[in-house]
Amino acid sequence: MRRTLLAAAAAAALAAGLSGASAQEKLRIGLMSTLSGPSAALGEHMRDGFLLAVKHADGKLGGVETEVITVDDELKPDVGVEKAKALIERDKVQVIAGVVFSNVMAAVARPVTESEVFLVSGNAGPSVLAGKGCNPFFFSASYQNDQMHEVMGKYAQDKGYKRMFLIAPNYQAGKDSLAGFKRHFKGEVVDEVYTQLGQLDFSAEMARIAAAKPDAVFTFMPGGMGINLVKQYRQAGLADSTPFLSAFTVDGTTLPAMKETALGLFSSSEWTTGLENDANRTFVADFEKEYGYVPSLYAAQGYDAAQLIGAGVKAANGDLADKAAIRKGMEAADFPSVRGDFKMNTNHFPIQDFYLVEAAKRDDGKFDVKIVEKVFDDYGDVYAADCKMK
Amino acid sequence: MPPETQSGMSLTLAAVQTLNGLQLGVLLFLVAAGLTLVFGVMDFINLAHGVQYMMGAYFAVAGYALTSNFLAALAFAVLGSLALGLLLERLVFRRLYRRSHLDQVLGTFGIIIFLNELARTVWGATPRTLPVPEALSGSILLMDGLLYPVYRLAILAAGLVVAALLYVLVRWSRAGMLVRAGASNPRMLSALGIDVDRLFAGVVGFGAMLAGFAGLMAAPILSVGSSMGDDLLVLAFVVIVIGGIGSIRGAFVGALAVGLVDTLGRSFATDIFKLFLAPAAANEAGPALASMLIYILMAGVLFFAPSGLFGAKTA
Repeated sequence: MRRTLLAAAAAAALAAGLSGASAQEKLRIGLMSTLSGPSAALGEHMRDGFLLAVKHADGKLGGVETEVITVDDELKPDVGVEKAKALIERDKVQVIAGVVFSNVMAAVARPVTESEVFLVSGNAGPSVLAGKGCNPFFFSASYQNDQMHEVMGKYAQDKGYKRMFLIAPNYQAGKDSLAGFKRHFKGEVVDEVYTQLGQLDFSAEMARIAAAKPDAVFTFMPGGMGINLVKQYRQAGLADSTPFLSAFTVDGTTLPAMKETALGLFSSSEWTTGLENDANRTFVADFEKEYGYVPSLYAAQGYDAAQLIGAGVKAANGDLADKAAIRKGMEAADFPSVRGDFKMNTNHFPIQDFYLVEAAKRDDGKFDVKIVEKVFDDYGDVYAADCKMK
Repeated sequence: MPPETQSGMSLTLAAVQTLNGLQLGVLLFLVAAGLTLVFGVMDFINLAHGVQYMMGAYFAVAGYALTSNFLAALAFAVLGSLALGLLLERLVFRRLYRRSHLDQVLGTFGIIIFLNELARTVWGATPRTLPVPEALSGSILLMDGLLYPVYRLAILAAGLVVAALLYVLVRWSRAGMLVRAGASNPRMLSALGIDVDRLFAGVVGFGAMLAGFAGLMAAPILSVGSSMGDDLLVLAFVVIVIGGIGSIRGAFVGALAVGLVDTLGRSFATDIFKLFLAPAAANEAGPALASMLIYILMAGVLFFAPSGLFGAKTA
């Protein structure tokens, strides 16, 4: 048995060697997502979106038979690195896609790109990969982290808010968020509150907001923290008196839990279910049919990440060994993005539009976000200027 | 703003924050009470106590989904938690009593991971919600611009009532006497012919029920999600260490102290630092100190009273 296997393996290796361009070689993609723990919802959305795109391509991204190996990074950078190495060395993947959180992305970026394996982000967009640390093997199908916060800062500035109350969890992403907000907001920040990561009771912060009487509140409060913050903001009566601007707080992953408490609250997004283009209509309809829930931006980014990989493979005519051609294809990004307007910047991050969105209830009783106005048109990130792409 | 309005404002704010602190305190007490009894009476470290709080909240959500009635949800939460506590005691804890603390920590930590993932598998990754009961859904204007949900006051009241009942139970009932005896000398208790196994199971079940009740009470203001009990567990341990292991009175005083220190610290630490530091530095130092305050409190208490404020044992 063992001998037969060996012989078969040897024959397969020979065959692969002989075919040279190896047109028959399968496209193997390691899909790394966060699928356990309190933030698993984001990872599930992204995975489902990605797999839907593979399904839409009849299992052949860019015309090549595609195998997707899904792994859970558990939101731990060390676990992410370990699993990325296993994907590269054991499973011989040509691409690793996904990665929800920036701390995991920052850890896996180096080992993956150094192995000359493409890394295509379905969400995380840390600044280290957008500026000086940009990399020919790294692509983002999502956004650069700062942009979502900049959208709200720009909106607050345009809207003429003079006094803003900012609140974010006390960790790097929270500080980056408030810094991003302040990039375009020039008014007064009456208070800048950093809460404990994982905090669920915000009664003390509600009292501080009420005491400060700001023109509006801006927050970055992802996951379960945001659900609680929004609920208590509503219960404290602040939702009716003080506009609520947010990033990564009110979205498709949290709305099923926030429900009515989120109605009328604002958030930033580069995509919604309501964007008018054919690719998006198909995506949204099929997604809801396939998975039975309303897709969020994470699902849309997962879908576009798979499409982006497909565009690269297609440009190389299915030759997975021709990495230069795949890279060129992904830079051209010639695929029908569900965002409609989508270009690749010099630092391999998208140039796209950003919107102010508002939580609303649909006719069928489900909750979703809808576009209020476009805040940025064809917007690239501020770090692209520092990127010297080799 | 003229100065007197400002100080009037801060006084109101301080009062509201004190109320918030007390409310966090009674919630902590409900969780810590069971933990301290189990630790004190049985010398058993039950890390799974936090997930029992979470399961109470999930049982309430399940009960509400079936009946749309808050009282039914309450019954589900309390009875479900009791049953779960007894089940865990029978299946797992019983095997760990006579083993080392490390084994107990490992065993019950496994239960945390198991139940967290089970909850996520059964109820999904998206947190669930429990509506505020109709009768308590109002709110009162506590300070300008801030509505205070009546339900939060109800939590405070419910916590105080349970604390009083518990005090009476432990102080005056036969079961309470046995529990106290167990906390100070379990061997003697068993030598006197008391069925210690049943007593232990009862204490674990009762503790789980209290934690489940706390989960139910917290559910309408927080969201119900997997791992919601993990952070609370840490706080509950701080509470019982401050209060003295095995002491209900200690748990009560400790819980209120931790609730107040944590809430007031979060509210005012940054502002206090701003009096003598640049705003940017104060924004760094304030939250950092605020998150350390309860541990500083714990260290301080342990320095002066190594077995906690009301420690039953002098080990």
